[in-house]
Amino acid sequence: MAQIIVVTSGKGGVGKTTSSAAIGTGLALKGFKTVIIDFDIGLRNLDLIMGVERRVVYDFVNLINGDSNITQTLIKDKRVEGLYILPASQTRDKDALTREGVEKVLNDLSEKFDYIICDSPAGIEQGALMALYFADEAIVVTNPEVSSVRDSDRILGILASKSRRSEQGLEPVKEHLLLTRYNPSRVEKGEMLSVEDVSEILAVKLIGVIPESQAVLKASNIGEPVILDEQSDAGQAYLDTIERLLGNKVDYRFLSEEKKGIFKRLFGG
Amino acid sequence: MSDSTIELKGSGFTLSVLHLQSSNVAETCQALADKIKQAPQFFKMAPIVINIEKLDGAIIDFTELKQKLADLDVVPVGISGATDKQKSVIKAAGLACLNEAKSPTNKQSSDGPTQVRYERVEVPVEVKVPSYTPSKILRQNLRSGQQIYAKDSDLVIIGMVSNGAEVIADGSIHIYGQLRGRAIAGASGDESARIFCHKLEAELVSINGNYWTSEQLQDSVWGKAGYITLDGDSLSATELEI
Ligand SMILES: Nc1ncnc2c1ncn2[C@@H]1O[C@H](COP(=O)(O)OP(=O)(O)OP(=O)(O)O)[C@@H](O)[C@H]1O
Ligand SMILES: [Mg+2]
Repeated sequence: MAQIIVVTSGKGGVGKTTSSAAIGTGLALKGFKTVIIDFDIGLRNLDLIMGVERRVVYDFVNLINGDSNITQTLIKDKRVEGLYILPASQTRDKDALTREGVEKVLNDLSEKFDYIICDSPAGIEQGALMALYFADEAIVVTNPEVSSVRDSDRILGILASKSRRSEQGLEPVKEHLLLTRYNPSRVEKGEMLSVEDVSEILAVKLIGVIPESQAVLKASNIGEPVILDEQSDAGQAYLDTIERLLGNKVDYRFLSEEKKGIFKRLFGG
Repeated sequence: MSDSTIELKGSGFTLSVLHLQSSNVAETCQALADKIKQAPQFFKMAPIVINIEKLDGAIIDFTELKQKLADLDVVPVGISGATDKQKSVIKAAGLACLNEAKSPTNKQSSDGPTQVRYERVEVPVEVKVPSYTPSKILRQNLRSGQQIYAKDSDLVIIGMVSNGAEVIADGSIHIYGQLRGRAIAGASGDESARIFCHKLEAELVSINGNYWTSEQLQDSVWGKAGYITLDGDSLSATELEI
């Protein structure tokens, strides 16, 4: 039985796809058989960030409709063993995601994988609802600003009331807060909310803080999840996040501005 | 309880009230007898309430009063305006003690030692007797977009209420966490309802339709533990400190 994790946010453009790619890849690096599903029907993105866009033949909607089978549809990652991508359809609309259809695909995948990562579209409509409905865990991606925090709160409410686990009275979906695009110097200037502010408002356990980083843009341009760039701050922050997801305690990094050199501190600058 | 042989319900009635101005029972009853002569049909077996507020706590012979009223063919329903001391004597005499619903009656100046005055006191016709409904208790955070309504009861939330969440109760609301969303207490007209919370940063608080937005809360107990009450038609916020 696979563990189903939804990466969601409510608000658009906060880093869900970037995080889905990094977390899925990170789990596979740890030896877990992992599939990342793109639920953003009509706005394919995951295949680009994973660098597999030229290998897409069939998609999620084909699989739901029975036009293709799992072996034909899943794209195997060439860099990391045990990592697969299920791309979204670019031609269908999001109503193609029926609950029964999604459930059947997840059940089939569940037999073959350790982790299923669901990359949710933005918003709170059908696509987003389907991405979170079957989740066991949720990674709520939030940027340190008021509107993103507000939307995350909305999604947390939906997880608590409209997920399969809540509807069936099972143990609630395990919630994690992932703060992305964190910019310590802007936080210090008071232009952005701090880790403490966001944690306090949302009252959800923090699982990682990913700094605002050039490495993310670079990684997406070459179609390689940023977690594979082990030298980068964002890559390391995602590696730490994987450790915490697996239950290990890791200190937080990249929470404050880069230390200035001793001379700069003594003589100002 | 529909399957029981009796049913108790609250109701209000219009009754004549006899205001005693003197502790002389014989004198008072004589004055009443004179009054009755003017309209004997009206008083025949009429239920009557005796108000003894003007006696200033003096103890009179209630047994004698009860007997004399019975002789005059009126039915004493009970005594109102009694002090605690008077009440025990009244009960011993086999009369009921009543609490009069406050109404702005025109208090006439007593211009004689033994004045008997009648007035009709209007009491609401149907009084809803508060029946006990257990509080609705939730142990969860209420997130943006969620709404909870506690019908006919208090609402207790062990958790926080986020911006964009709404909690409503016919009774009071207790929040053991931050209140950042909206809290609406006394939603069906209870003006004695209150809103208590651990940290007050509400978008809106309302009691029986009187509301404050966060702007008006800013300069009272913002960010602190506090409670909101309704006084007449204005809200007030008080810090919760013990
Ligand atoms: N840590 C980061 N540092 C800098 N840029 C980032 C970071 N994370 C994400 N971005 C950038 O933000 C943009 C949106 O990222 P992404 O596509 O992952 O968001 P999304 O939440 O999936 O968006 P959508 O809601 O449209 O699906 C991209 O241009 C990405 O490169
Ligand atoms: Mg996306």
